[in-house]
Amino acid sequence: MPLLEISRLNKHFGGLHVTNSVDLALEAGEIHCLIGPNGAGKSTLFRLILGEYQPGSGHIFFAGENVTPLKSFARIHRGLSVKFQVPGVFKGLSVRQNLEIAAQRLHHGAELDGEIDRLLDFLGLADAQAQLAGNLSHGQKQWLEIGMAVSLKPRLLLLDEPTAGMSPEETHATGAMVQRLNAEGMTVLAIEHDMAFVRQVAQRVTVLHLGQVFAQGSIDQIVADERVAAIYLGQAHA
Amino acid sequence: MNSLLRILGHLEGPQTVGRGPLFWALFAVALVAACAYPAFSDGYTVGNTVYFFTWVFIALSLCLIWGYGGSLSFGQTAFFGIAGYGYGILTINYGSAYGFTLVAMLLAIAVAALFALLLGYFMFFGRISGVFLGIVTLAVTLMLERFMAQTAGPEWHVGTARLNGFNGMSGMPPITIPWPGGSIVLFADIGLYYFVLGLLVLVYLGLRILMNSAFGNVVVAIRENPERAEMLGYDVRKYQLITFVIGAALAGTSGVLYTAWGQYITPSSMGMTAAALPLIWVAVGGRSDLTSTLVGTLTVLLVFQALTIYGSQYALVCMGLLLVLTVLLAPNGLVLGLMRLLARLSPSRRTGGV
Repeated sequence: MPLLEISRLNKHFGGLHVTNSVDLALEAGEIHCLIGPNGAGKSTLFRLILGEYQPGSGHIFFAGENVTPLKSFARIHRGLSVKFQVPGVFKGLSVRQNLEIAAQRLHHGAELDGEIDRLLDFLGLADAQAQLAGNLSHGQKQWLEIGMAVSLKPRLLLLDEPTAGMSPEETHATGAMVQRLNAEGMTVLAIEHDMAFVRQVAQRVTVLHLGQVFAQGSIDQIVADERVAAIYLGQAHA
Repeated sequence: MNSLLRILGHLEGPQTVGRGPLFWALFAVALVAACAYPAFSDGYTVGNTVYFFTWVFIALSLCLIWGYGGSLSFGQTAFFGIAGYGYGILTINYGSAYGFTLVAMLLAIAVAALFALLLGYFMFFGRISGVFLGIVTLAVTLMLERFMAQTAGPEWHVGTARLNGFNGMSGMPPITIPWPGGSIVLFADIGLYYFVLGLLVLVYLGLRILMNSAFGNVVVAIRENPERAEMLGYDVRKYQLITFVIGAALAGTSGVLYTAWGQYITPSSMGMTAAALPLIWVAVGGRSDLTSTLVGTLTVLLVFQALTIYGSQYALVCMGLLLVLTVLLAPNGLVLGLMRLLARLSPSRRTGGV
């Protein structure tokens, strides 16, 4: 049974079909990348999975349960977690407090302090823990938010452009981070434009185009697919 | 025992300014001074100080909802009025024997909280936020004011309690504590002073603990970024509603104490001016910190009273000016700014600071 199963999902804003009958199945334990030109409906698909948008029709199953009618926080309780495209850290609070707020739902007392320390080490942010999250560099904010998402011990981690604005070194470090999490058993679905990152981590790739699943396969299959190259080039020429 | 220590540990934390021995020594000094103060003053002045104290609760309610929670409520006076009138209606009808005034006080606060639960449910579960929250709450308090203002006729009464329209309701008994050998009646002087001071210290410390707890963490997280808070698995609406209800209970506490203090409550306590003033106290002091709100509110009230005595018609204009200056010069509040500055200069900064 797939961990996440999306069936015939539709979402339209007025006459615009942002998500058009999307089917997608995610196996437990895989790292799956979602690519596609701007406006393909990738972020909308995330918002549908998270319950920020309600679909016009179609269903979302998570671990065998139909979560379509559930509110966002309830879906998080089922084992979903997300890092947004624009870092959503609590800017006015310290790095440590950001992680505390995220981790305090599952950990309490002294154990909570230990968990925060562990996360700070994992993210390489131990020295920055007293700083306001708003003062971190863009890359550090991305990592902090990944840490917050990870602290929920999710079964499925959704990453919306985790390496946006990062240097090649930072991108590679983020890739290694994702692979470590995956090795611990976390399933990952990532929206990403950086093909170096996709090549580094993805086990399977889905291409979304105009709200529909355009192609699916291994990274090599996708790169070799001339139709995929055409939609990217087509967009570049538009 | 361990959990008690853990709870007391929340007296200090990232959500409240002030920590370490120096802060608590200052707190103790202030408390001792406040306790000793009536011995060096006269009954009238002490009664006047109680008047200031009664307003601090509604200021703290706004600090909680607006400063910590990020939801601007313009209508805390609605809960103030409901609880004030509630206390009047209950005690005028049932008297003050057997400590009933204390029960009436709790009941009146509970009614205000219940009203907030109902109103808050529709607002927060209807996902009303930002400026619209301010508009709805302001509309509610103005509506209540208008309603109470037209209750002058004799047909407007609850039991034996006449509502009296714009003239207001009066004649309710003060808070009375049953005591062997004769009840203690807390008229607006030394007796009521210690009662309100005690309550204020309890509420202040209680709120410090609450805001530094896991609950307070989530409240602040919602202010910073509600979407992120929801995506960490918190039901944002529920936390907003609970905060709103606690705030209403605090505003209601102000209402009851004010009514018991002056044995008097009028519709204008829910009017536009009354609704705007707490915003000024809290904004000037520093809305995102309990201590700043407490100190700021008392200071502004003191200045405001002096202004009313020496230049009555300009007092409200000065209040407005003060708000404008605060917003321009120290948007986080004058007292909070000052406290942060002191903390930066003090040596305790190396051990974590403020």
